Amino acid sequence: MSNATETRIITKRLRDRTEDSWTLAGFTASGGYDALRKALAMEPAAIGAEQVAAAGLRGRGGAGFPTGTKWSFLPEGNYPRYLVVNGDEGEPSTFKDRMLVERDPHQLLEGIAIASYAIGCNKAFIYLRGEFALGYERLEAARRDAMAAGFLGDNILGSGFDLDVVIHRGAGAYICGEETALLSSLEGDRGQPRIRPPFPAVAGLYAKPTVVNNVETLATLPHIVAMGGEEYAKLGVNRSTGTRIFSVSGHVNRPGNYEVELGMTFRDLIFSPELAGGIRDGRSVKFFIPGGASSQWLTGSDEHLDAPLDMDYVQQTFGVMLGSGAVMVYDDTTNPALVAWRLAKFFAHESCGKCTPCREGTGWIEKILYRISHGEGRPQDLDLLLDVGDNISPGLNAPFSQTTICPLGPSSVSAVVSLQNYFRDEVIAMCRATA
Amino acid sequence: MSDAPQKVTVTIDGREVQAEQGELLIKVAQDNGTFVPRFCWHERMKPVGMCRMCLVEVDGVRGLPPACTTTVTDGMVVSTQSETVKKAQDGVLEFLLINHPLDCPVCDRGGECPLQDQTLAFGPAESRYVEEKRHYEKPIPISDLVLLDRERCIQCSRCTRFADDIAGDPLIDFGERGGQMQVITYPDDPFVSYFSGNTVQVCPVGALTAKPYRFKARPWDLASVETTCQTCSVGCRGSVESSSNRIVRMLGVDVEPTNHGWLCDKGRFGVEALHAEDRIRTPMVRRDGELVECSWPEALDAAAAGIQRALDLHGPGGVALIGGSRGTNEDAYAWARLAKGVIGTDHVDAQLGDGLPAELVLGLPGATIPDLDRAAAIVLLAPDLKEELPVLYLRVRRAAVDLGVPLVDVSALDHGLSRYASATVRHLPGEQQSAAREVAAALAPLTEGRSGPIVVVLGRPDVATAADATVAAAGVLADLPEARFLMALRRGNVRGALEVGLAPGVLPGRVSLESGAERFTAAWGRVPAARGLDATGILGAAAEGRVGALVLVGADVTDDFPDRHLARAGVRGAGFVVAVDANRTEAVAAADVVLPAALWGEKSGTTTNLEGRVQRVARKVSPDGSPMPDWRIAGELALRLGTDFDLEDETELQDEIAAVAPGFAEVDAILLRRARDGVVLPLADHRDELVLEARRIPVTDFSWEPIAPAEPEVEAAEASDPDAAPEAIDASDEPRPAQVPAAGLPDAATITWTGAEARPTPGRDNYALRLVAGRRLYDAGRTVSASPSLAGLVPETALRVHPQEISRIGVADGDPVRITTSRGTQTLALTGDTTVPLGVAVMAFNLGGVGVGDLVDATSVVTDLRVETVR
Repeated sequence: MSNATETRIITKRLRDRTEDSWTLAGFTASGGYDALRKALAMEPAAIGAEQVAAAGLRGRGGAGFPTGTKWSFLPEGNYPRYLVVNGDEGEPSTFKDRMLVERDPHQLLEGIAIASYAIGCNKAFIYLRGEFALGYERLEAARRDAMAAGFLGDNILGSGFDLDVVIHRGAGAYICGEETALLSSLEGDRGQPRIRPPFPAVAGLYAKPTVVNNVETLATLPHIVAMGGEEYAKLGVNRSTGTRIFSVSGHVNRPGNYEVELGMTFRDLIFSPELAGGIRDGRSVKFFIPGGASSQWLTGSDEHLDAPLDMDYVQQTFGVMLGSGAVMVYDDTTNPALVAWRLAKFFAHESCGKCTPCREGTGWIEKILYRISHGEGRPQDLDLLLDVGDNISPGLNAPFSQTTICPLGPSSVSAVVSLQNYFRDEVIAMCRATA
Repeated sequence: MSDAPQKVTVTIDGREVQAEQGELLIKVAQDNGTFVPRFCWHERMKPVGMCRMCLVEVDGVRGLPPACTTTVTDGMVVSTQSETVKKAQDGVLEFLLINHPLDCPVCDRGGECPLQDQTLAFGPAESRYVEEKRHYEKPIPISDLVLLDRERCIQCSRCTRFADDIAGDPLIDFGERGGQMQVITYPDDPFVSYFSGNTVQVCPVGALTAKPYRFKARPWDLASVETTCQTCSVGCRGSVESSSNRIVRMLGVDVEPTNHGWLCDKGRFGVEALHAEDRIRTPMVRRDGELVECSWPEALDAAAAGIQRALDLHGPGGVALIGGSRGTNEDAYAWARLAKGVIGTDHVDAQLGDGLPAELVLGLPGATIPDLDRAAAIVLLAPDLKEELPVLYLRVRRAAVDLGVPLVDVSALDHGLSRYASATVRHLPGEQQSAAREVAAALAPLTEGRSGPIVVVLGRPDVATAADATVAAAGVLADLPEARFLMALRRGNVRGALEVGLAPGVLPGRVSLESGAERFTAAWGRVPAARGLDATGILGAAAEGRVGALVLVGADVTDDFPDRHLARAGVRGAGFVVAVDANRTEAVAAADVVLPAALWGEKSGTTTNLEGRVQRVARKVSPDGSPMPDWRIAGELALRLGTDFDLEDETELQDEIAAVAPGFAEVDAILLRRARDGVVLPLADHRDELVLEARRIPVTDFSWEPIAPAEPEVEAAEASDPDAAPEAIDASDEPRPAQVPAAGLPDAATITWTGAEARPTPGRDNYALRLVAGRRLYDAGRTVSASPSLAGLVPETALRVHPQEISRIGVADGDPVRITTSRGTQTLALTGDTTVPLGVAVMAFNLGGVGVGDLVDATSVVTDLRVETVR
């Protein structure tokens, strides 16, 4: 039995100071805004080029793109430029950003201030998932307190650097977590992804150079500045440096958010009594979704459970992703077709409708999976699903190839491919039984 | 213009083609013979990459980029037909069809449907979808003219993008998301747009249908011919389509110089008026006080006798002609020759007291519509283009919004283009001249660093203010550097009528009566001795009994002339009235002889748009009864008055005009037949714009798209060689009967306008309101009132004033008040409107019933209203 434990960096304060971690007093009493002070003494460009790059920080929103590289795409001399914070956490069973916003909002604001200083932006927008009522309340209070205390606003800490922060609440669309849809929504248009190019770094919000970063990514920044990028990079494994928060849910004994050092195995995360605590009633893992609803699945095999939490390894070895860090665990009583249908229903519901394959394909997949999972399947339906999926995501690979504008459509195919990879016989048997 | 676009080489399906850097791949492929299937992409709209039908493979690019959002780069290697691409095309088409109702047998689009056509060419033969399709209530009206079938919709956004990006009427959008995404209007806010019919035309399926055309025909039963719309003087190219001798549909044809494929709804749906039940079908003469039907010879004899009697009594000056601006150039020329060359009168006016002097229209340096795109700036001193010349409004809007051309708005009131103006000069009604003096200062900062002409769109903003104010302003604007004028005159062929001399003081081809006297005496045998009266003058003279015979050529003077009192007095006072018309107007009812005229769609010929572009109109149907084209009627009357025009068809007239009218030099029947985008007058100044095609190209069968004209066989450059152009054409199949002596006519100098006397605008006393009476697109005119689909769209007459004026008068909003002008007193309701300046009253002209026509005195410079409470 493993005794793996959390490595608390960005969740340290909110775990230690459960009474006041979200207040300015609680924040500054535990070292808050010291990193901002330190950063403001640095050359702005050096923060990205040296600290963030050396830290090997990669986006925590799902795609895992290197943050320093993303910043470096901003064209020189084109101002104003904007930082947009993606707080529209909507990936099913991902709930880490919500915790960070509700329980340590100043940490996020400090990260925003550091990032804005580093990229030369004076106006940052936080796009917050609309359902985060408490999060909005606390973040808005924190923003006001930080303004009053001089951590935001004009001439921050006497540095001459100004930053205005706007908090915008979403209206309940998963697609607005996709960065270009988020920008359109922020501008007041329908939340639908844009055609790229141009990329947001070149023409993003209001057609200005824009960096879009995830909440957890930005919350990590103060710690990178405080520790130094190289020190941070000592945590983790290979190109997956540092820690990440994993939201573990499903048939585990201790569902919840766990910040662990990357490189730990899935088995440790799922079974450690300090972490998710194993499967209910001592049952076994039938399969699990390692990185949010968009990812393909892994099974309870030793090979899969012993895989490390390494973004590149799982991608290259199993074609799955760590994504947004949502680990959904299913025990041996689970009907995988039913899980696939429920996921498909989510994607069909959340498809924005802009492009044909996603608009029509996600709905079709949902209907077929409904039939299969509700005893009305035909033996040929799994192959039909795969071909429909192939018309959305040609080759059925990960990372996705896509006939769509954004990855939402291909995301809906992941479950189908997983059924094919691991549960084909079971699904076809189900269909035969009813045929 | 030194940075010419860089040429790049692209390989498409193994074939190397040349293109310009930055062009869209889908367009480059199409221009080089490779059709990449598409639904959402439209040449006149920005690409959105939504339908995913045009996915292709590009070497070195991951995945399948859409050809419509991919710009070409040098060395790009593209495959549009690989197995991967075909699989994607199959997939997208299958997706599009799974929820499509496939009710093609009862769909207007069936047979000319891109979804059908591209499924046949690129799609799978079968669907694997066994589930229930989406269902919606259908169809639902989204406006008075357009219906939406959400089951057929493929969510390509062509209609919403047209409404938003092209028309500037963002009243339709998408609602819901995913599979439920559907085109919606906003609550209680229907898609009211003068351009709504274009959404039906650009719809790649049968989701949007036009009420006037629904279930009228199957596409394969339609016969179509390319023509020019004559509803207003923009001269939009269109395809007029008929079934069983009924015109059932008009579609826009995409040509670069004029309309880019768009039409306004009045032009598109007004074709219904052609088949109105109450058209005049048979000639009539007045016997015992009653108009009775008769034969053509009887009617013509009676008309000629009446004219002859007036000649005998009063001499040539006793005969007058009003109208002729709604027919063809050939019609107008025949009337001009009859009036000026046979009868010898110069009391001739194609305009109905609401236009500008012919010398000004013909004599100012002209701009073309494409000049708007490349102008240093556009100055608007004109009526509301959205109401009067809608497709010109689209072009000016595009120049301002998409091309960044600065717009200076000189106006008394907000209008359709005001919100796009870079600078606005507001003036009191009638004070255009002083406003014009401020234009140069307004232009200076806007044109800094910009090249190109200053295009002035010039017209009379309203009918309650005489031409004088606009004439005076034109004198100021003509002094702007590189000023070129687009004349915002409204009636379909008013420009053509003026070009062929159907106005006092001018002769065909932009020559004055004096300078052309010798030439036209040689050509016609006689010309009028002295300058005649305009329409206002003619009606005034007739009212005083000085007009022995009045010929009204499609001139609905009691409704379309600004001063109904004078019009009635004129018609009543004229000794003898000949009405050449298709419709039973008040003046027709008072006429002594009624000659039924064929209308647009029933006769071929040419028309001249507001730029001076001569374009062909086509005959598509035969009129019921015995209406004749005007030129034939004029010829018959001339014959009875002693001159044989000896004309067999309109091409002979075209040759005669080219021979005698200096402004039409070289513009003969053969050139007109071959000039793809028409000929801009005078040809000598616009030779490089001429594009010739060797033969008439029938309308393509892709009529769901704006129809692209066929590629010209002869390049413009070749045509610009004066030795090569018209002479090089093989005329063997084109009989060219000699008419008027073509060679050896004396020269005549063409008109240059150098300013004119204008009556000053009188001051307004503080108790009066000055009337501004613009036109609305949907008015009580024949096109709208005889088109069942449009007739209900005419707005209510209302006199709008600033709310402060209402309280000053001491009444409540909506209360009736007594309005007094020199023409008498009327009782009308007042409506408050904060956009109306103080001291001004606004009422649209000719909306039916009591209105502007009962208030305006056409002989006054302005119309001031006394407003009193009703006691």
